[in-house]
Amino acid sequence: MIKEDVKLNPHIFNEDVEQQPIRVGFGEGLVIAAEQNEKVYGLCADLTDSTKMDKFAEKFPERFIEIGVAEQNLATVGSGVAAMGKIPFISSYAMFSPGRNWEQIRTTICYNDRPVKIAGSHAGVSVGPDGGTHQAIEDIGIMRMLPRMVVLSPCDVIEAKKATIACAGTMDPTYLRLAREKTPIITTEDTPFEIGKAQLFFEGENAVAGIVATGALVHKALVAAKELQEEGISVSILNLSTIKPLDTKSIKVLAEKTGALVTVEEHQVAGGMGSAVVEYLAENHPVPIEFIGVRDEFGQSGEPNELIEHYGMGVSHIKEAVKKVIEKKK
Amino acid sequence: MSITKEKVAEIKQKANDIRISLIEALIEAKSGHSGGSLGMSDVFATLYFHALKHDPKKPDWEERDRLLLSNGHICPVLYSTMAHAGYFPLEDMKTLRKFGSPLQGHPHREFLPALESSSGPLGSGLSQAAGMAIVLKREKRDSFVYCLTSDGEHNAGNTWEAVMIAGKEKLGNLIQIIDRNYIQIDGSTEDIMPLDPFSDKYRAFNWHVVEVDGHNIEDIARGIEEAKMIKNQPTIIIAQTILGKGVSFMENRYEWHGAPPGKGPDDIVPKDKQGEVALKELREKVL
Repeated sequence: MIKEDVKLNPHIFNEDVEQQPIRVGFGEGLVIAAEQNEKVYGLCADLTDSTKMDKFAEKFPERFIEIGVAEQNLATVGSGVAAMGKIPFISSYAMFSPGRNWEQIRTTICYNDRPVKIAGSHAGVSVGPDGGTHQAIEDIGIMRMLPRMVVLSPCDVIEAKKATIACAGTMDPTYLRLAREKTPIITTEDTPFEIGKAQLFFEGENAVAGIVATGALVHKALVAAKELQEEGISVSILNLSTIKPLDTKSIKVLAEKTGALVTVEEHQVAGGMGSAVVEYLAENHPVPIEFIGVRDEFGQSGEPNELIEHYGMGVSHIKEAVKKVIEKKK
Repeated sequence: MSITKEKVAEIKQKANDIRISLIEALIEAKSGHSGGSLGMSDVFATLYFHALKHDPKKPDWEERDRLLLSNGHICPVLYSTMAHAGYFPLEDMKTLRKFGSPLQGHPHREFLPALESSSGPLGSGLSQAAGMAIVLKREKRDSFVYCLTSDGEHNAGNTWEAVMIAGKEKLGNLIQIIDRNYIQIDGSTEDIMPLDPFSDKYRAFNWHVVEVDGHNIEDIARGIEEAKMIKNQPTIIIAQTILGKGVSFMENRYEWHGAPPGKGPDDIVPKDKQGEVALKELREKVL
């Protein structure tokens, strides 16, 4: 059942649960961060409105830099701004930043140790009709591989706001993964959030499998867990909103308690969050694993939920994966 | 501020010392980039011993001018100049490119914190300089940002993205100095990816353009003075240089782009004599 101490939205399982795009939380959080800290800058590559940097740009024009359609410049001008003691947030679609400007991020941000915060919106296939060119499903992999980079993947609009405010307060290069579509609001203002700390959202009694989920699919994992519980299968869910540094302690506890894990992410299975979890477990506490994610394919046009189902990341797929991983324990 | 004859003589001597130290370091390292390093020695000497507002004892001084080397592969000249200016002991030049050295094969500020940026992958320095200049301008601070670039890296899109934003933001505090030696790794810049009419391109992007002889100290100093007077536009100083300047058998030969003495073409001087001959030429006369 839903863990009480994390104070989640009591309406999570209602049909009419309130929904908002995760990227909206970034926009709100950035304004709050900028009010709190005058060192916060914002740079955008001609997507100010759709990455939700617009409110910041209106309120703090002296700290906003419009870069135009030039993501390599976005990262490198951002590095220069950070070199002057600022905390720049750079925003675009994840496909273009960090998709197009990876080497600039590596050399001028990570290698240079500059506290640039990379907000990549429109991650995942749930971008929908725009099609595969605009659906970043490799971004977690290419970002978590970089030394010094912190990788955050909030599960809803409220957590995105908290993640934005929190990363504005650190000196680490940070990737903030955001999604375009409206998704159910899972957390509340009172839900704890800390960079580097995973939260157990759902705890089954004597759970026989654990789910580690991140981003917009956390809600589907919760629905799957509830339905499985009704079928008499008890699982627990960890919301992994920080993919790097990995909260190895929480993952180990979940693996020890349940003996089998399913990882759930809207990303390539290769190199993504599940890979990060398994890299740790393989060395420290191997357990049977099932991965939910895209398997070596590109995205395409379609409605968000249609695509989630097509690529095997829906509620039914998560439930299947749980049943399969429990079988593997035998 | 015009430059005195005494100052010019002093800078010429410094440039010669810088060339000798970088060649000694490259001989010791057995790898690294000779050609561009020799070609930019006069520009670096003029910057560090005349133009730049800096304090080698306080490299993090807030009021300093910033200098970024975008074409990081010519770092032997940067390191040698910084050593002669007093940022670190000249002795450290012997560690160039060796394990644990502050003088990494391409500049890395984690190993040498006095650097403004790490560099090596071409085309990304100018936009970092633009980012710095934007902050300085918006905060009405009077430091300048100098960015040293190569002509080869003007093949890169990122360079032109930076050129555009510097023009748009009217960065009068940004001064780019390009090592215009017409040579890149595979040959002549005009064969590989023609850049001329180069100054026209910059004018079209709303930059102020100054052309100087990159081996004439008065001319370099004049160019920098002119650039500092331009308040509402970024300036590019096109320094016409000779790759390998000061070592006769290296001059204007693209094969010396990435070779140290002992590893370059041996049609004029045999490999085992290249270091010795280079140092002899540099020690015999100040250019």
